[in-house]
Amino acid sequence: MSNQQKHWEKTRGLLFITLAIWFIFSIGIFLFGAEMNEVTGPFGYPWTYWFTCQGSLGAFVILIFWFANRQEKIDEEFGFSEREDE
Amino acid sequence: MKGNFIDNLPKVYGIYTGGFIGFIIIMAIAEQMGMTAKAIGIAFVAFTVFIYALIGWLSRTAQADAYYVAGRQVPTVFNGMATAADWMSGASFVAMAGGIYFKGYGYMALLVGWTGGYVLVASLLAPYLRKFGCYTVPDFIGTRYGGNLARFSAVVVLTVASFTYVTAQINATGTIASVALDIPFQYAVYVGLISILLCSMLGGMRGVTWTQVAQYIVLIIAYLLPVFWISNKMGAGFFPHFMLADEVARIGELEQQFGFVKNAAADLKSVPKGLAGITKAHSAVNATPWAFISLALAMMMGTASLPHVMMRYFTTPSVKAARKSVGWSLFFIFLLYSSAPMLATLSKLSLIDPNLPTGIIGKTFAEVEAIDWYQNWNQANLMFISDFNGNGTLELNEFFMGGKAVVLATPEIAGLPYVISGLVAAGGMAAAMSTADGLILAIANAISHDVYYKIIDPKAETAKRLLVARVLLVVIGFAGATIAAMEIQGILGSVIWAFDFAMSGLFFPLVLGVWWKRANRQGAIAGMLGGLAAGAWYLVWVRTGGSGFLGITQLTFGIFGSAVSLVLMVVVSLMTAEPDKATQKMVDDVRVPSGKSILGRSH
Repeated sequence: MSNQQKHWEKTRGLLFITLAIWFIFSIGIFLFGAEMNEVTGPFGYPWTYWFTCQGSLGAFVILIFWFANRQEKIDEEFGFSEREDE
Repeated sequence: MKGNFIDNLPKVYGIYTGGFIGFIIIMAIAEQMGMTAKAIGIAFVAFTVFIYALIGWLSRTAQADAYYVAGRQVPTVFNGMATAADWMSGASFVAMAGGIYFKGYGYMALLVGWTGGYVLVASLLAPYLRKFGCYTVPDFIGTRYGGNLARFSAVVVLTVASFTYVTAQINATGTIASVALDIPFQYAVYVGLISILLCSMLGGMRGVTWTQVAQYIVLIIAYLLPVFWISNKMGAGFFPHFMLADEVARIGELEQQFGFVKNAAADLKSVPKGLAGITKAHSAVNATPWAFISLALAMMMGTASLPHVMMRYFTTPSVKAARKSVGWSLFFIFLLYSSAPMLATLSKLSLIDPNLPTGIIGKTFAEVEAIDWYQNWNQANLMFISDFNGNGTLELNEFFMGGKAVVLATPEIAGLPYVISGLVAAGGMAAAMSTADGLILAIANAISHDVYYKIIDPKAETAKRLLVARVLLVVIGFAGATIAAMEIQGILGSVIWAFDFAMSGLFFPLVLGVWWKRANRQGAIAGMLGGLAAGAWYLVWVRTGGSGFLGITQLTFGIFGSAVSLVLMVVVSLMTAEPDKATQKMVDDVRVPSGKSILGRSH
């Protein structure tokens, strides 16, 4: 397998992990919205309510930065990162 | 100042922010000295629009890559701010807190949808399209799949989606200009339009980028300052986001106590159009999982397909910067979106809690009618009370309000000085203008670059190309303003449709263009046109009395459209020949950040 194929395989792996986490916070939680809202969550808000107005939103922000860092590492590992002056 | 403009950005915008805060303080002092509310409103809107126009003029350019992609040198964080302003429309600013106020949990699917989409943008598309080096989204489609028909189909989808969106934004600038400057809406729409064009006409993407950063700073101050101030004034907590749990619980208690009494249809007839009462629980789960998830999903996929957002990531210096920039964009959006539910909570509690001095439920009608702010907003057609049961006291079901009032009126209800209301008007104007600019530019650039330059006259010189681009900008702006002046739909409805149109036609052709090498021209054309047609058909069908299926409504028709698009694209691609070697090599090159971009720096 060529260097580029390996790079793409890892990139795809990262995509699946990212989308899986994305799925939990954008869809997974809200499948059980009614049940989870009975529970008191962070800062005393009901769980589902807190996720819709802050939790999921914040999780997405963190997820994107995490994804960007991981992808940069993958690019470096296979020698595909950009030169700074390009 | 030493050094070039880009290196000095933090300093430039630091001074700008300080200057703006200084302006707010001067206005506050002027108010104490007797400046009228009307004069303050005019000063805020006129001053900020003047600054944007100045930035637009300073950013004028005669180079194609500066006009189309701001010279590809916008730093990560600043591109994040510009994207946030580009993204957060008049609807986000003025209508979102109102929607949460009235509809609660079911409506908050939009918060999740309009943020979660950025994960898709970052992981599936933005870095790859940046590597591609295109000027516009159809530029990618046209080069990846080859052929004028593919390029043209992408322009069609882009135009349908963005134009639906832009009329709503021009409408919003008109509404705000008409209130703040006290002129009739039909004229205010054109005042709004001219302000919008001043930012984008001379400098294209470069002008829009630097005005959008300035507009973000105004709109975020205008949104957060009142939220924090009201929360502190009510004693609800000095940092509302972490401290409103008691208030949310109290609203639940009051809802129990009052109950949601259903009004008779005859009574509701007397309520002015556009106003609504509180009929849904504030924090309880009041939508089925599918209703919530389908709306969120449609908005997320729409986010990843809207060209005016995607093209912001063409302006970063590198692929790496494009990825990080998506994170910053979402961070800046998060600041406003996470505050909207807090504002809705504060607004609702201050109105309905009889224990608070501002609460009006349980008071007599004579008392409420004597309140200054009630009279003002009743006159503005945003508040209404009527004694349906004839007992003389105001019940929860007898109080009606317009969605915009939550953002516009809450500062006044909470007893904040008028200078805050002026600031909020300037913020709303900034939000609507920045989005309108991004959208008009996306349409005009696609038509000038992809239709005129790439299809009609590939030999045109730069000066001529940019002239065509500017003429189109004005024409599209006026077309949008003319339709906005007719006031066909509400602000929010048409915004949501734009997402559905975009995802119907563009989501899978874009994503598969990077992630599926086998995708070919025939498949992409079928996917774009078929998806758009299917989505549009479903919308018309449901609007004309069709029952719909699978719980897909007129707000989520993009789910149907994009499903059709996916099936068509895969089936047609597999039935026709695979893309040639050169195209496959192109896809391989797009997938790695290093090396030259596919399209030249100037093309």
